[in-house]
Amino acid sequence: MTAQTLAPPTATIGPRAWLQRNLFSGIPSSIATGLIAGVLIVIALKVGDWALTEARWDVVTRNQRLLLIGQYPGDQAWRLWLDLLLLSALTGLSAARFGRTTRVLAVSMSAFQLLLAGLTAVSPAGPLVSVGLLLNAAVVWVGVLAGPRVAIPRRALLIAWIGAIPVTLVLLSGFKGTPLPVVGSNLWGGLLLTILLAAVGIVVSFPLGVMLALGRRSSMPAVRLVCTAYIELIRAVPLVTILFMADIMLPFFLPGEVRIDRVTRAMGGIALFSAAYVAENVRGGLQALPSGQLEAAQALGLNTLQTNLFIVLPQALRSVIPANVGLFISLLKDTTLVSIIGLSELLGIGRAILAQPDSLGAQMEVFAFTGLIFFVLCYAMSQASYRLERALGVGTR
Amino acid sequence: MTGATDADRRRGGVPPWRDIRVLRVVVQVAILLGVALGVAYLINNLTTAMAERGFGFGFGFLDRRAGFEIGESPIPYTASDTYGQAFLAGLLNTLFVSVVGIVLATVLGILVGVARLSPNWLVRRAAASYVELIRNTPLLLQLFVIYFVVLLQLPPVRDTIALPASVFLNQRGLFVPGPQIGSSFGLWLALLAIGLAAAIGGRGAARRLEARGRPGYRLGQIGLLVLVGLAIGGWLLPAQPPMTFDLPVRGRFNFSGGLALSTGFTALLAGLVVYTTAFIAEVVRGGIQAIRRGQVEAAQALGLSDRDTMRLIVFPQALRVIVPPLTSQYLNLAKNSSLAIAVGYPDLFKVGTTMANQTGQPVPVIALVMGTYLAISLVTSLLMNLYNRRVQVLER
Repeated sequence: MTAQTLAPPTATIGPRAWLQRNLFSGIPSSIATGLIAGVLIVIALKVGDWALTEARWDVVTRNQRLLLIGQYPGDQAWRLWLDLLLLSALTGLSAARFGRTTRVLAVSMSAFQLLLAGLTAVSPAGPLVSVGLLLNAAVVWVGVLAGPRVAIPRRALLIAWIGAIPVTLVLLSGFKGTPLPVVGSNLWGGLLLTILLAAVGIVVSFPLGVMLALGRRSSMPAVRLVCTAYIELIRAVPLVTILFMADIMLPFFLPGEVRIDRVTRAMGGIALFSAAYVAENVRGGLQALPSGQLEAAQALGLNTLQTNLFIVLPQALRSVIPANVGLFISLLKDTTLVSIIGLSELLGIGRAILAQPDSLGAQMEVFAFTGLIFFVLCYAMSQASYRLERALGVGTR
Repeated sequence: MTGATDADRRRGGVPPWRDIRVLRVVVQVAILLGVALGVAYLINNLTTAMAERGFGFGFGFLDRRAGFEIGESPIPYTASDTYGQAFLAGLLNTLFVSVVGIVLATVLGILVGVARLSPNWLVRRAAASYVELIRNTPLLLQLFVIYFVVLLQLPPVRDTIALPASVFLNQRGLFVPGPQIGSSFGLWLALLAIGLAAAIGGRGAARRLEARGRPGYRLGQIGLLVLVGLAIGGWLLPAQPPMTFDLPVRGRFNFSGGLALSTGFTALLAGLVVYTTAFIAEVVRGGIQAIRRGQVEAAQALGLSDRDTMRLIVFPQALRVIVPPLTSQYLNLAKNSSLAIAVGYPDLFKVGTTMANQTGQPVPVIALVMGTYLAISLVTSLLMNLYNRRVQVLER
């Protein structure tokens, strides 16, 4: 019986083992770690140095108002506040009533308002705007807390959401000869226009896309032909060409007395474009539906409308939520293309600001601000989709 | 069944307004009629509006003199050429940037996608941050940053940045060695084709022989050797090599020789590659993760190295999942190249808008542009579908 001396076991837990396993597991891995760490450190130092010493952030703070709402007249800005307040309250109340999935929306909305409040706090007219945004963020949570007590029926909330977009548009544009003077859509701009374009695009393209998808799967060849032709045609051409059509050529297609303003034309272009992509996503969901569901519905004597409304769509739409959120993220990013046809959404107004002589050379500052806002919005949407996906159990059933 | 028919017969058959067969026809005719009427109405408005403004519809303008310059073009083009040639130059520019972009984005996308699954934490996180940052910001913004902040701020020709392999970068653009086709190029291509046929034929023959249990006589390797031999021989033997590289030479005010890529092209290419790489990386990662864990474990159990596991087991299977979404990324890249207008690269869309303005015939011009994009999309889909079918065959 000889005494055996074993080497002490190699560490498998603790920070050192983690480093060894994840960063220095071999010579190639160590080289990669060193290289990437080096590059990242250099980038971080350069960017940090630029942001803290060189960057002229005053270009952004000075033009905060333009970036956020474009040339919307200052004495009418209360309408925007009122609308934001309504939407905040609605979001809060819905989160309380519908539970976890809408709660993500409430969290994102208040967080985004807090971010904007932080960004505006340093601008000349900022403190007041910041306080307003903070109050709005608070309203969301007041809604969440008050929701269970006031117990608004779900149906009322749904109707309120459906009405939210028309109400917003009417509130923003106003009527002649009322306390709400007309504010032409040529004055809308900045983040306001970006969000409006995206919101209208999403709300209009979704039902349109669902109908196109159903049409493409219809048993009637004529319906199938029309829907397929539309979807394939739209998907084959770039969005800029469609926006160009909507901007330059649409007026020719309408009778002389009908005038549609540029913003509405752009909204229509975006919605019609996006609908084709929604349709393809939804078609995926429809195809994934077991045919037994359809047969069962027919056996129960449901007609086509009932089958689609109560059996097919609820299941098909749930399975395509992640894909659709991805699509809506691209739609939000694609709203920047309207700056090519001359509308001043966030990026467009940024370019306009950069054309002013006193903001010469401050390009990166404006682009960084714009990019940050897009990043936060898109990232929040993708995270919300990820949670929603898990909450609805997509792919686990 | 019979009972119902009897009952129908007693009532004189199903009334046509409740007969599903009649209704279906009526609905379809109504829809087609509605669409046709709508289109006719729009076209009627259009002709009225065009007649009022004196605009035409025909494509006759294609033969007229264009009279505008195009910054760069793969074919010789001057302002005195026709609109048709201007359009062709724009189309070739679009195809050029799309093809180069697709190749680069695919290579980088696979790299980043694999890096996202690296066992090294830092590599994984760096790749993920890149993907998140790029996917969550608009392409147009990225193009602006690359164009206005990076490329236009580069040093002037005087202080050109010299990169390895005779590549130079300055405010005016990117200067790379340009391939020059020599007199023996045709011969070389022919030799290459023969070699390729030998290689493919040899491999096929070897496979067929081995499938019947007979020795393959290394026909595959022999074919490959023939290919390499012909390629090298065809390159070295003629007095003049089939292709030479013309290096850019710095002159006093600008570079001469080589292939000069404008700032607009460089910005567009870089933007498209950076953006699409992030999306392709996600496609690749999704494809690799779709492979069942058991496949990798079985490969390890058989003693395959990590590299062979990836090459022989994971990647061929992942390709099946990857190819369809990859196709749509390629199509997106081609369509996104229309953002060239933002950085001043004369692509199909930009040339199209100039033509629409100058000819005063926006309708045929835009129809032509859209039709061309449609054709590009269809051809790309077709090629990728053919490839997809090949990959899918690997299933069994």
